[in-house]
Amino acid sequence: MSGSEAQVYRTRIRADQPWWKIDWHEILEYRDLIWLLVQRDFASVYKQTVLGPLWFVVQPLATTVVFTVVFGRIAQIGTDGIPPFVFYMSGTVLWNYFAGCMNGASNSLIGNASLFQKVYFPRLIISISQVFSQLLYFLFNMAVFLSFYFYYLFLTDARIHPSWWILALPLLVAQSAIVGTGVGLWLSALTVKYRDLRFMMAFLTQLWMYATPIIYPASKIPERWRWWISLNPMASVVEFNRFAFFGVASLTKSEFLCGVASGIFLLVTGVLVFNRVQRNFVDTV
Amino acid sequence: MSEPAIIVRNLSKRYRLGVIGRNTLRDEMIYRWHKLLGRDPAQHMGKVTTRKPVPVAATAAEDDPNSFWAIRDVSFEIQHGEVIGIVGRNGAGKSTLLKILTRITQPTSGEADINGRVGSLLEVGTGFHPEFTGRENIYMNGTILGMKKREIDRRFDEIVAFAEIEQFLDTPVKRYSSGMYVRLAFAVAAHLESEILLVDEVLAVGDTSFQKKCLGKMGEVARKGRTVLFVSHNMAAIRNLCQKTILVVDGRTTGPLETTEAMRKYLRGALKETGQWINPMAHEPGRRTIEKIEISQHGNVARETLISEPITFSFVLSDTARQQPCLVGLMITNSEGVIVHHSLDIYDPTSEKTLSTGNREAVIPPHALAPGEYTLSCSLGHPQESVWDSLPEVLRWNVIGDCPRMMQFPAHLWKGAAGPGMVTWTHLQDDNK
Repeated sequence: MSGSEAQVYRTRIRADQPWWKIDWHEILEYRDLIWLLVQRDFASVYKQTVLGPLWFVVQPLATTVVFTVVFGRIAQIGTDGIPPFVFYMSGTVLWNYFAGCMNGASNSLIGNASLFQKVYFPRLIISISQVFSQLLYFLFNMAVFLSFYFYYLFLTDARIHPSWWILALPLLVAQSAIVGTGVGLWLSALTVKYRDLRFMMAFLTQLWMYATPIIYPASKIPERWRWWISLNPMASVVEFNRFAFFGVASLTKSEFLCGVASGIFLLVTGVLVFNRVQRNFVDTV
Repeated sequence: MSEPAIIVRNLSKRYRLGVIGRNTLRDEMIYRWHKLLGRDPAQHMGKVTTRKPVPVAATAAEDDPNSFWAIRDVSFEIQHGEVIGIVGRNGAGKSTLLKILTRITQPTSGEADINGRVGSLLEVGTGFHPEFTGRENIYMNGTILGMKKREIDRRFDEIVAFAEIEQFLDTPVKRYSSGMYVRLAFAVAAHLESEILLVDEVLAVGDTSFQKKCLGKMGEVARKGRTVLFVSHNMAAIRNLCQKTILVVDGRTTGPLETTEAMRKYLRGALKETGQWINPMAHEPGRRTIEKIEISQHGNVARETLISEPITFSFVLSDTARQQPCLVGLMITNSEGVIVHHSLDIYDPTSEKTLSTGNREAVIPPHALAPGEYTLSCSLGHPQESVWDSLPEVLRWNVIGDCPRMMQFPAHLWKGAAGPGMVTWTHLQDDNK
């Protein structure tokens, strides 16, 4: 064995492992697995489909068309003067990433129970790999969004005022991952005990989406519901994104900071709860 | 390295058997509601759901009837380079022990330290994805088992050669035959570069030649000075591979002992209570029947017998039957329902026995029965009368192939109803020389 590999491995198995203790070093040891899981997720989606990777483009487009027709044309919900097509897309692009992370994490224990019963690897790995594989879909989504965005920016006289805050986009993406994974980990820990949640997931996700300014601008929210913006971490992400790309938004600094704080809180508590539940969960499934 | 490879101290794991149904949100709410009103929720919910056992806190009452200890106060040490077998009946706690050591689940109390990189193999093909090719699955499976990508790169050709799937490397594994699938899965696991290997019963798969190869590989791993913990029902494999063996009985362990000693202990204790059949009808007045039948080896009543030793059946007749001349017959059926043997006590070709009285004994010589499970049926009566009593399928027992030479052919693949001892082979001299 070469020098770098002559590492001393030790495993300590204790009944009274402190609930806050997470072996991050071990997770790093499994980085190759994370990467392979990302590849697997990505490849298994389009294996044996006709359109193949094209689906990553078709899906967001189809959703946006539906939103434009239903909410823009029929329900006539305003978009703060932004062209509806890019308006909806700017919301769904981050929302889909968030929802992907949340779904991936929430299913990580129950969905892989048979695997975890036969082999041990840090169970957080599944959620971490989801953050990265969803990131790939996000990039496809983003590319679609940007092409329409540039079309409206340069080829039409739509009221679009990009700001330098566009450079903060990676931070918004990170915040989406943080919130999504945080909530997802909470859900996966709770699903081990209450299977009902599994059936509520789709409904909860949809409900949350309508509670987030995606199909309507935040400016349409009545004053007495305004506190919700600061409480819902995804609301500030979506709204900040619109501000960065279109220069129109109603979001205060304190609302945004509140969103960041609640996102981090969700992630930290989510990781801890998950860590506590994952230890013995194979005995209950 | 003076430090032991594995140290286990007072390890225990408890499971609860039945729980008050609080498995759904609804139940939880009802539970909380009754709590809130100051009632005893158990009374009002009334529903006791028996599902799979769940672990309970170590603080729960010691004698809780709703819980059982899968592993109780287990301690042992294993040195680097030792190859240790683990034997025990189904449900004795072998798998739980292995699951704790592989960190799949946590102990209720106690601790264990493992010094060295651990690889585990509790099932072949964990994490295989049917849509992916053999190549992709080698990497996937390998990393799930804890290998690094460059380690797999380094051993890739070896794995492929071992699995014998060169031409199918880029075919999705869903198109593989089950044999190819298993070969590939075992090949990946067998090439884990860990110092300590924890292996559950995984050799009961694949065809004979592949099993032979797997055992060969295990032996090679053992000779390379790696530490192996090997759970198996294949006694011959344990005898061949392991110098020492840990015996698990009802959640408690003995050992590591010398394998031969552990084996003897295991087989002796294996079924003291059921290597024997007692006729519940024997004491009906005037009934002419067999009161008790025992299967034994070396004077120990046992349900598990070794192929290399004679097997003795003893028949104790009821009081009325014992005083009259009669015939006792026995019939041995294998697990496929084939009658392997049928005989009566007077039909011993070597002597001219006539009807006799008293208890009987019958002996099967070594190697006469193939390894496997057998059922014993008996009858007794008098040639001039009708059968006094017929006792179908009263005892079931196992013949275990412990002969080291049988290693080359795992027990369940040993062909034929009769054992290898039925035929005597002679090596003839070549007359032309």
